[in-house]
Amino acid sequence: MFIRGQKLNKKLFSKNVERAPVRDGYGEGLVLAGRADKKVVALCADLFESTRTHLFAKEFPERFFEVGVAEQNMAGIAAGLGVAGKIPFVASYAVFSPGRNWEQIRTNISYNNSNVKIAGHHAGLSAGPDGAVHQALEDIALTRVMANMRVIVPCDIHEARKATVAAAKMWGPVYLRFSKSETPVITSEDTPFDPGRAEVFWESKSPKCAIIACGPLVYNALLAARELENEGVGTIVINNHTIKPMDTARVLDAAKRCGAVVTVEEHQVEGGMGSAVAEVLATNLPMPQEFVGVQGVFGESGQPGELVGQYGMGVRDIKLAVRSAIKRRK
Amino acid sequence: MHLDDREQKFLEEVANKIRKRIVDIVEDAGSGHIAGPMGMADIFAALYFHLLNHDPKNPGWEDRDRLVLSNGHVAPAQYAAMAYAGYFPVRELKTLRKLHSRLQGHPCREVLPGIEVSSGSLGEGLSQAAGMALAARLDGKKHRIYCLMSDGEQQEGSIWEAAMFIGKNRLSNVTAIVDRNSIQTDGCTENVMALEPLHEKYAAFGWHVLDIDGHNFEQIVDAVNEAKAVAYQPTVIIAHTVPGKGVDFMEGEYRWHSRSPNREEEKKALAKLRTLGGKIKSEDD
Repeated sequence: MFIRGQKLNKKLFSKNVERAPVRDGYGEGLVLAGRADKKVVALCADLFESTRTHLFAKEFPERFFEVGVAEQNMAGIAAGLGVAGKIPFVASYAVFSPGRNWEQIRTNISYNNSNVKIAGHHAGLSAGPDGAVHQALEDIALTRVMANMRVIVPCDIHEARKATVAAAKMWGPVYLRFSKSETPVITSEDTPFDPGRAEVFWESKSPKCAIIACGPLVYNALLAARELENEGVGTIVINNHTIKPMDTARVLDAAKRCGAVVTVEEHQVEGGMGSAVAEVLATNLPMPQEFVGVQGVFGESGQPGELVGQYGMGVRDIKLAVRSAIKRRK
Repeated sequence: MHLDDREQKFLEEVANKIRKRIVDIVEDAGSGHIAGPMGMADIFAALYFHLLNHDPKNPGWEDRDRLVLSNGHVAPAQYAAMAYAGYFPVRELKTLRKLHSRLQGHPCREVLPGIEVSSGSLGEGLSQAAGMALAARLDGKKHRIYCLMSDGEQQEGSIWEAAMFIGKNRLSNVTAIVDRNSIQTDGCTENVMALEPLHEKYAAFGWHVLDIDGHNFEQIVDAVNEAKAVAYQPTVIIAHTVPGKGVDFMEGEYRWHSRSPNREEEKKALAKLRTLGGKIKSEDD
């Protein structure tokens, strides 16, 4: 059942649950961050409306910089602004930033420990009809491997807004991952959000498997947990929004109580959030784990919802993974 | 403001000290680049000992001029200039490229005060200089941003992304200096991947472009001062230099781009430098 203190959306399991684009939370959060601190500046590479940076540009035109289609230059400029005392946010599609400009992010931003926030948009399969070129399925792996970098994957519009505001207040490089499509609103204004602290959203009596999810797929994880509970299989669902540094204490606590783990992410299973969880488990508490995510293939055109099913991240897929993880329990 | 004879002689002596130190420490390190640092010694001497508004005892001073070394592989020249300017003890130069040293093979901002950004991955300094220039403009600061680049790295596409951005935004507080020594690791630049006409390329991107002899102090100083007076354009100074300058068997020879001298070669090179032009009396340091 739901964890009460989380104050999740009351209509979460209703058919007419509200839907909103996660990226809107970035746009709103960026404006809030800009109002709170005049050191906040924003950059964009010819995608200012699509990344919702236009809201900031409208309110703070002198603190917005359009760099054109030049993601490498954008990362470098941001690094320079960061070491000069600004708090730059750079936005593009995740495939291009941190994809195209990965090495500038590594050397100019991470190695310099420049105070830059990287917003990767249209992440996962959410670019849908645009097809595989625009679907970032590797960005969590690309960023979490960098020293000095933090990685946050908000699950909905509210969490995206809170994460953006929080990133501006944290010192150092942060990668924020946003989905394009309208996804269910899971949390509420009042749901606690603390970067680096995983949240338990669901807990059944005598749970047998911890479902650790991030991003909009937290919704599918919750639907799966509810169905499983009705079928007599207890689980814990964790919204693991901060992949680096991970809340190992909470992850291990849930894993310990369950004895099996399923990770759920809209990303390649190689090197993603699930891999990060596996690193924690292998070091501390080895146990069966199943990985729900994209299994080493490129996506294709289609509606985001269709693609999530097509590539094995639907509610049914999560339930199957839970059952096979439980089977492997000692 | 021209250089008088005394200043000119002083800069020549500093540059020669920098060159000797480069030969010494690169040999000692057993790896690294030598031709580029030798070729840029005069520019570093002019910057650190005449042109930059800086304070070696307070490297974090807010209003200092920023020097972004995009071609981080010439770090030995910058390190030597910084040591003589007083950023750190000259004896620390011996630690170049060694474990626990602040003098990393390529400059590291996090460990050595006075290094504005870590560098060594070519083609990335100009973008970071642009960011610093934007920040200065936002804050109404008058300091200038100097970005030193090699000619080989002009082959990186990101240089031209940055050149376009700086030109479009008329960041006149940026002065770029290209070390036009015409060599790179694999050979002569015009054979590896031709850069000419470099002057016209920058001009087409909205820059004020100056060509100078990068070993002529008066020209270096005049060009940098001219850049300060240009109000609506960034300036790029294409400094024509001789790689390996000061040591005849290294001069203009691309094979010395990315290798270090052995003991024997070091001895020969230092002997050449001690008697440079017969003008300089040098102690054995």
